[in-house]
Amino acid sequence: MTTPTAGQDVATTAQPVISLVRVGKRFSDGTEALAGIDLSVAPGQFVSVVGPSGCGKSTMLRLAAGLTQPTEGSVSVPTDHIGYVFQDPTLLPWRSVQANVELLGELRRLPKEERRRRADAAIKLVGLDGFTKHRPRVLSGGMRMRVSLARSLTLQPELFLLDEPFGTLDEITRERLNDELLGLFVSQRFAALFVTHSVTEAVYLSTQVVALSARPGRVLGHFEVPFDYPRAPELRFDPEFTKVAAQVSACLRGAAS
Amino acid sequence: MSAASRRSQGRGWGWRWGAPAVVAGLVIGLWYTVSYRLLTEDTRFLVPPPDAVLRVGFLDPFNRAELLDGLLLSAQVAMLGLALAAVVGIGLAITMSQARWLEGSVFPYLVLLQATPILALVPLYGFWFGYGFNTRVLVVFLIALFPIVANTLFGLRSVDQDHQDLFTLHGAGRITRLWKLQLPTALPSIFTGLRISAGLSVIGAIVGDFFFRQGEAGMGVLIDHYRSRLQSEQMFAAVILSSLFGLAVFLLFGTLARQVVGGWHESGRDTTPT
Repeated sequence: MTTPTAGQDVATTAQPVISLVRVGKRFSDGTEALAGIDLSVAPGQFVSVVGPSGCGKSTMLRLAAGLTQPTEGSVSVPTDHIGYVFQDPTLLPWRSVQANVELLGELRRLPKEERRRRADAAIKLVGLDGFTKHRPRVLSGGMRMRVSLARSLTLQPELFLLDEPFGTLDEITRERLNDELLGLFVSQRFAALFVTHSVTEAVYLSTQVVALSARPGRVLGHFEVPFDYPRAPELRFDPEFTKVAAQVSACLRGAAS
Repeated sequence: MSAASRRSQGRGWGWRWGAPAVVAGLVIGLWYTVSYRLLTEDTRFLVPPPDAVLRVGFLDPFNRAELLDGLLLSAQVAMLGLALAAVVGIGLAITMSQARWLEGSVFPYLVLLQATPILALVPLYGFWFGYGFNTRVLVVFLIALFPIVANTLFGLRSVDQDHQDLFTLHGAGRITRLWKLQLPTALPSIFTGLRISAGLSVIGAIVGDFFFRQGEAGMGVLIDHYRSRLQSEQMFAAVILSSLFGLAVFLLFGTLARQVVGGWHESGRDTTPT
């Protein structure tokens, strides 16, 4: 079912930006969140992890980011340029859009002019120029998420970790942000590990979809998605697209029953 | 938009000021009724009519000077004690927020301090430290400390886990985290504590003063003198002035909170007392 895409050509040759080898995670209270996870993301790849709620998807990202350590196996992330986008935009409410986007540069001690330059560029990329002085509270949910994306973009990440970033948005906004994210993926050339519980979203965005079982999360299957970028919204209604989505969906369903 | 501002916009200026003005009129009417209808010539000193309070208490230059001197002293005591409580309280809360064991070892004693009726100890402090300005400030400091510590600590601890992770992810150290994340997050709570303590500081300065029969006369001493000399017009004037002072302090901190956190936090826009 696969036709090679530009993304996959790079994937086969380059060193992965993240790889999880036989990773397991058990919390101190004894709950097993993940078991035997093998997964890697190469430059140019957009990998989505899809699974039911509570399957350890978020834990996987926290492991990838080094926020928590695996109890089994190993996680290696050779780059320090990681963007992490949380479920919630996690903006600082007392800061303006501009100051929020400059935050990571501050934490990483970039010089002031450099910080400003990168923030300006990132804000322009997400189409929020004109809102730089606004506080998050006056922005819509979609705009806050754009600010959050812009904030991560200032680090010029090689790897983007996204934890259901559009989960709380309405469908129209969500689809628009899907397209904007793909625009950034194409223009900024980062690799992405994207967590979601929407099969359609996963297939639409990704070069590869990984289906995860319910707790403890195990990999049920890898699915290559054979469409070139840029992708148009109509792709969601393409028979070929529906076929891939149906396969992923069946795989998740099969595990559930 | 908060409920309070929506309400005032919905009903307009008339409701905002008109309704309280009507209540004030009713209260003054009731006051006159009590002075002239319920009380006789001989007992009228119990509730002197408003115009007498105004004439004797506020318009007489000698009495007014005495009252204002008392108020000035009490205000200085209250504000200095509050300022000290703010500095020490916020400092203590920051220190405790840095390590659980510090909180565990210090906080119980703060609770003990809070549970002790500070005003009952005023005679003891007088005994130890004399009845001067410093002892009065100490009383206010002790009474105002706990709400500031407790609210600041609560604020510092209520940082979102995601925000913590964000800072961890990008290598923020303790100081950066404190300065750029914890303290701003805690600001609304700090103001809540300050507002509570500001009210307490006025109580501490004026009520604590009752116990200071010696030394310069603050509002408490004045009220007690007027009572013992049956100068009820002046006593009423002193009580009114005290409550106006309390109100001014409350409004001051409300405005301050609105200026600092009103742009991004609901609490700063709310005008209801906390």
